[in-house]
Amino acid sequence: MDFSLNDMQAMLGESIDRFIANEYDFETRQAHAASERGFSPAVWQTFAELGWTVVPFAEADGGFDGTAVDLMVVMERLGRGLVVEPYLPNLVLAGGVLKRTATDAQRARWLQPLIGGERHAALAFAEPHARYGIGDIRTVARADGDGWRISGDKTYVLNARNAHDIVVPARVGDPSGDVGLFVVERAATGLEILDYPTVDGLQAADLRLRDVAVGADARLGAGDDALSVLETVVDEAILAVCAEAVGILQVLVDKTVDYSKNRVQFGVPIGSFQALQHRMVDMLTGLEQTRSLLWWATMTYAEGGDDAKRAVSAVKYQVGTTGRRIAEEAVQLHGGMGVTWELDVAHYFKRLIAIGRVFGDADWHLDKLAG
Amino acid sequence: MHVSFSPRDEAFRDEVRAFFASEFPSELRQKIDRGIPLERDDYIGYQKLLHARGWFAADWPVEYGGTGWTPVQKYIYASEMAAAEAPDVVAFGVKMVGPVIYTFGSDEQKKRFLPDILESNVWWCQGYSEPGAGSDLASLKTRADLDGDAYVLNGTKTWTTLAQYADWIFVLARTNTDVARRQEGISFLLVDMQTPGITVRPIITLDGEHEVNEVHFEDVRVPVGNLVGEEGKGWTYGKVLLQHERTNLAGVGRSKARLRKLRNRCTEPVHGGQPLASDRNFMRRLAATEVELKALEFTELRTLAAVAAGKAPGPESSILKIKGTEVSQAIDALTMDAAGYYALPFVPGQYVDGFDESQFIGDGKEALTSLHYFNNRKASIYGGSNEIQKNIVAKHVLGL
Repeated sequence: MDFSLNDMQAMLGESIDRFIANEYDFETRQAHAASERGFSPAVWQTFAELGWTVVPFAEADGGFDGTAVDLMVVMERLGRGLVVEPYLPNLVLAGGVLKRTATDAQRARWLQPLIGGERHAALAFAEPHARYGIGDIRTVARADGDGWRISGDKTYVLNARNAHDIVVPARVGDPSGDVGLFVVERAATGLEILDYPTVDGLQAADLRLRDVAVGADARLGAGDDALSVLETVVDEAILAVCAEAVGILQVLVDKTVDYSKNRVQFGVPIGSFQALQHRMVDMLTGLEQTRSLLWWATMTYAEGGDDAKRAVSAVKYQVGTTGRRIAEEAVQLHGGMGVTWELDVAHYFKRLIAIGRVFGDADWHLDKLAG
Repeated sequence: MHVSFSPRDEAFRDEVRAFFASEFPSELRQKIDRGIPLERDDYIGYQKLLHARGWFAADWPVEYGGTGWTPVQKYIYASEMAAAEAPDVVAFGVKMVGPVIYTFGSDEQKKRFLPDILESNVWWCQGYSEPGAGSDLASLKTRADLDGDAYVLNGTKTWTTLAQYADWIFVLARTNTDVARRQEGISFLLVDMQTPGITVRPIITLDGEHEVNEVHFEDVRVPVGNLVGEEGKGWTYGKVLLQHERTNLAGVGRSKARLRKLRNRCTEPVHGGQPLASDRNFMRRLAATEVELKALEFTELRTLAAVAAGKAPGPESSILKIKGTEVSQAIDALTMDAAGYYALPFVPGQYVDGFDESQFIGDGKEALTSLHYFNNRKASIYGGSNEIQKNIVAKHVLGL
């Protein structure tokens, strides 16, 4: 049993911390979020140059051979910085599918430039009717000559606004067919991208696919159990956003405690009031419990333990319940300031709320755990 | 980062597991399975068995007859004991006063008291709380006034667990009232319960049980040789005692065993009707409690890993008591709720040796669920109430 980071992980974490401290303050983050593309291409290039984009990939792909623990280190730091650059949609989601399914030619075309920061990608994991069901897919890919024609609707496609390539899960042949995975490039005819910003300052889109024609080489991992690939990628993404959430919660607890020491009302700092002290202790307790679950789930997943699936649902449930409560308390304890656009706490709160729902909210995951 | 124990620790775990599987007395097992409360002799026999194996004083240094185990071994031992549903040892001697004596006591006190603690020849109880000093322990009023070769003890201690069985009591008493801080001027005394002037009055708790007592001291003469360490330093010694309580503070092992049993039962028909598993609300509450407990288990392991690496426990250790009692009380409630109407009969008389099982109300265990629920409301109150724990975390961890 060892809960310490190894040297590589510690260095990785420190380098991200340094970058955020020196080059990514809250005002910078807000400027990136409000910019033309919703993130800073220059910052994304920096991520690639510093080697952070290779973390989740195998050495054969030029990667770092990172485990779930390495990814946790990265995501928790990105959470603390409230980073808007599309690490999750590019590398964990689209990259997660590509690295498991792509042929050499497909890797050269889509994965390598993704890792290198030259292309952007997305994974269309959600459909409007399906709520949070990953396998509840109505989009259909019908064979057409050598290639495929894909029709259907997707929602909440993170990073679709900037994606060159979108991984689209679809039923093969007809609505009762097996799940297949297809890469649709953004210029494809019949693809309509309705993009929008989300409440947490990120970019997403709904997709309308109407007889979108793709070649035979657009299909990823034919013959693989594509649904199981998709579920694995989503499990890794859940661990990633939960690590991000722990970073966010740490900041919210720290900022709230600091604020309570400095904000004077009735002639004393509000942190001297026991009613508020106990609520902040509850916040801290919730944070540490969430961190414990994250560590358990991440290590269990990395070691391929039997209860990896349960572990993933458990930490997601925790973030959706306890995490949300902590974030709401952070806003409450900041008083009127907490509900202003100006204060960073409000934006950490909003990101936490978004994380609470992506890939299934607390009720969704508790239902799986109930058995 | 990895979660598994070393092969050496796993071998140790197997050894402990095998011991409890094969050596735990079957008559105690039957009593526990039937919900019959253990009595004085049950505990003493069990503790002597552990001592014969060399494991009774798990936390003591080797030189005083302890195990010399690493923090991880202590954790494994406590976890296996809990998983086997073997009872905890009675803490007052071996886990509380023993460490105070070997840390601060004189050589003579060590020779006189430690062997009898190790061999469970003497039953100790704890004289801390008073009717007017609960969470605010430093406000205690019991006085020990020096008179020749003895302190004269006057006052009342309360919530004294199993004082009706006790041979000795350790007492915090005020020896000096002229002090700058209330924590000063308190001394740590060892008192023979047979001394004239001591009376024990039962306090019956809401479950109808006699577990705790009030202990009155009226002009009780305590030889000066029974003062531990220096006069007036008792508060410091008392705090050390609390540190020895750290291991297994959260009760994770026991909570795990209880939740596992409850989940296993969920698929069985209840009194010929639907299984609990058909009640989605119940199953979701059960799952939520399992998540909370898993988080707590890892919070405790994080503390353990820090201690094993020679570091002071981090902020996570401060929350173990709060969360541990909250989770155990949540399990009490789930278990009681699972019993439906059968949680309501108040029939402690059926939990005695030799009761005719054909006369059970319910399945023989269900009526205990509410009694356990009521009894264990104490958990968030004793050992420094959870609100006191929050004050401590606010001050020492958050710096408020």
